[in-house]
Amino acid sequence: MAKQRVVVVGGGLAGLAATMKLAELGIAVDCMSLTPVKRSHSVCAQGGINSVNELTRQQGDTEWLHLDDTVYGGDFLQHQPPVKEMAYAAPGIIDLMDRLGVPFNRTPEGFRDQRRFGGTLFKRTSFAGATTGQQLLYALDEQARRWHNAGAVEMYEGWDFLSPVIDEEGRCRGVVAQNLVTMEIRSFPADAVILATGGCGLIYGRSTMSMACTGSAVSRAAQVGAKYANAEFIQVHPTAIPGADKLRLMSESARGEGGRVWVPRKPHDPRDPKQIPESERYYFLEERYPKYGNLVPRDIATREIFDVCVNDGLSVDADRQCVYLDLTHISREELDRKLGGILHIYEKFQGVDPREYPMKIFPAVHYSMGGLWADYERAADGGLTLGSPRNHQTHIPGLFAIGECDYQYHGANRLGANSLLSCIFTGLIVAPGIENMFKSLKESAGDEKFASLLRGQRAVKQLEHDNLLKREGGRENPYVIHQELGDVMTKAATVVRRNDQLTAAIEKVNELAERVENCSLSDTGNWTNQNVVFTKALRDMFPVAKAILKGALARDECRGAHYKPAFDMPGIDATDPAEKRRQAEAWCDSFDEKNRKWLKTTIASIDKSGEPTLSYEDVDTSLIPPRPRLYGLVGAEVIEQVWKERQAEKTPQSDGPNGAATKAAVGAGVG
Amino acid sequence: MIADATPASKKPSSFEVRVLRQDAPGEPGYWERHQITYEPNLNVISVLQKIAALSTTADGKSTTPVAWDCNCLEEVCGACTMLVNGRTRQACSALVDRLLEDNPAGIELQPMSKFPVLRDLVVDRTRMYRALERVKAWIPVDGYGDRGAGPKESQEGQEVRYPLSECMTCGCCVEACPQFAKVELFQRSDESDAEFAERKNRAYDQAFIGAAAISQAILFNEHPTGHMNADERLEALSAPGGLQVCGNAQNCVAVCPKNIPLTTSIARAGRQLTGYMFRKFFDR
Repeated sequence: MAKQRVVVVGGGLAGLAATMKLAELGIAVDCMSLTPVKRSHSVCAQGGINSVNELTRQQGDTEWLHLDDTVYGGDFLQHQPPVKEMAYAAPGIIDLMDRLGVPFNRTPEGFRDQRRFGGTLFKRTSFAGATTGQQLLYALDEQARRWHNAGAVEMYEGWDFLSPVIDEEGRCRGVVAQNLVTMEIRSFPADAVILATGGCGLIYGRSTMSMACTGSAVSRAAQVGAKYANAEFIQVHPTAIPGADKLRLMSESARGEGGRVWVPRKPHDPRDPKQIPESERYYFLEERYPKYGNLVPRDIATREIFDVCVNDGLSVDADRQCVYLDLTHISREELDRKLGGILHIYEKFQGVDPREYPMKIFPAVHYSMGGLWADYERAADGGLTLGSPRNHQTHIPGLFAIGECDYQYHGANRLGANSLLSCIFTGLIVAPGIENMFKSLKESAGDEKFASLLRGQRAVKQLEHDNLLKREGGRENPYVIHQELGDVMTKAATVVRRNDQLTAAIEKVNELAERVENCSLSDTGNWTNQNVVFTKALRDMFPVAKAILKGALARDECRGAHYKPAFDMPGIDATDPAEKRRQAEAWCDSFDEKNRKWLKTTIASIDKSGEPTLSYEDVDTSLIPPRPRLYGLVGAEVIEQVWKERQAEKTPQSDGPNGAATKAAVGAGVG
Repeated sequence: MIADATPASKKPSSFEVRVLRQDAPGEPGYWERHQITYEPNLNVISVLQKIAALSTTADGKSTTPVAWDCNCLEEVCGACTMLVNGRTRQACSALVDRLLEDNPAGIELQPMSKFPVLRDLVVDRTRMYRALERVKAWIPVDGYGDRGAGPKESQEGQEVRYPLSECMTCGCCVEACPQFAKVELFQRSDESDAEFAERKNRAYDQAFIGAAAISQAILFNEHPTGHMNADERLEALSAPGGLQVCGNAQNCVAVCPKNIPLTTSIARAGRQLTGYMFRKFFDR
């Protein structure tokens, strides 16, 4: 038997964590990436990485509470066992990254410093300036380089993943990929393939994501049998810097370090913001959410900023939507030490010093909570069975998905500083599962037996490529179609969703999907042809775009980032105590009903023509019972009381490993 | 409040962009002119996107889209480094309004000159990654199991290491360096990809290592664990193509987009190397 190998597709945090862990286990790895791995999108993550730490523990924090915040912030849409495992692994992951040399910010005594992030009341977030993603990625890049230097890892940087290779039994036996310089198409035998290819923000045209985040790799896997889950859950980050080519992220850490969001009470007040007195400023997040203030979960902050600009007409500028994010009350020295990287970005691209003037920001598409459906094996303690080959395996045996391109950890809304954690965590845990899978496999994809399969599937992709170059086609321009796709998606499937708009968007996207087949290439050469690579990626955006729209249309409820005003559950307006009580009872009834119907994973199966069909799967909420997310709702206290009474009747005993902590979580979370 | 130094009256309706193109490695370069409709707040990336979408030169002839590298578009990945009006920098943070203020005649784009051109503005910077291997730019941890936290670090220590760790291997420092000469090899017809890669690495390993890798050696030597094999890094810096090639022109620090104190790193490397050579001499 030839030596078994793994192909890791994607060299961001998840892909590199998997690569180094596999190499440590003695498994041969081919790591493949569109860009040199050091330039992966993980560098754009700014704010930090969450874990329970010694200080938060002394305030009553536990891993269980990290789990609780994550599932509560995610509106209970994620299976809880993987999230539990992640929360319990988090302190060890930060320690590991610390050992790998990440320059985390320090306290005067030399301990790692932490800041507070959204959706929690604890300071759980470790950070390295405001370029934490870059620093974590570099540490893993260095380890991957170390293994490469030792001959244990082959790097294929500048390769585009075209398809998994699947044998007649349906098992993944490798990949077909294309070199972006020479345009050579090659098949790579692999006994396990890990997709760690990130999000799909480019479907929205402009977003906070990098140019590599087209979602094409997951789409290509989904078109041959992997399934795509929770596509409709797209995080729109509350604070980004509008730009012509990109909406650049302004990290949540700006608010974590005390940044305040406001608009002048007088619409489009032309005064210098520093001349507007406190009484004429509307700190709408602080007023509407006194408990969490500027650090409410992202979906809520986004909707409020949108609401203040669109519905209240309070945008700072008259000709475009934006609100102030104000750091000017914090000392320059502290800002430079903790937020230097992001302030530098704002200054460079806007030409204004955010230490002197409030920044102007607006929400932007930021993160795909959904992604390839991936399995897990639940352990008796409610976490994962570590070392199980089921962990992170897609519907295609031998094909795994980790990092942002899987759907497991963030439910309907991701908490800030949990993505870096989920990326590293999934990279580390997928490796021992694959090690065990290899022991049970009797053959290797490198065996002669599979040579014709690999050759054949390579030939199919070569033919597709050649035909695309040769196609006379119509006169459609791929860059124009991409822009139109982005406009449709941004209008219909971001902050506020309406069924009539979604229906119209589906029609429009179907039309664009037909037009994309008539694209004519302006470059038909076979050397570093970015035109053909982009056109292929664009075609593969459509199945995912359709899954997003169809999923959003079908889901008639509000959950996390998916907000449909027509199905919102307003608070309580009664003043009479008996009537209030009655309304609260009714509210809790509808909440139960909504969960019975919609507390389910959306699963899109994509057929050969790129058309998704939806089905639904129950969510494992066995550890923490779903409860209403009442951030800022009118009448929350009555609803909470009714809810608690009902829970007490249902479950006399808490089923968490730590009863006191679980009860505290319920108390702390509903607010 | 958005700073905008160009008065509205002076804004052109369109501007010219000249791109130095090259179809493949070893082929001659040629200039191509494009006329771009002016919009406020453009950067060089959005200009290149417009050129790709138009695929037409200023003379109205159809052409292929210009090839260029980019990813993050916020100057943290380093991919889109090129020469903009002769200056090495990232295309994403090169704002058109500023460029036209300085040079109303238009914008000139060229590939970096110290790396082999693959096509148009795309260059091969693998030599820089190879240099990171030369100086063993990593922490050689025992393994990835649970061993508790890393070493404690003072705020001052973190403030020394963090800026060095912001290096995105973009290549500006070596592009501007008079001692860093281009190394370009071509694959022979009888040579496999692996053999070619090996021959390139041998050539890279003899050539000047450059400021970025020297600074990374210092980054890891400053870390308590990394310090344990500081001598291996210093040995690499003492080899041919190492620190002694630096001519102290100080161009590197002037062009670094992240303001990394590269000359400070180089000076530190010099001091550490002197100590190392002494120890090596007396320990014989």
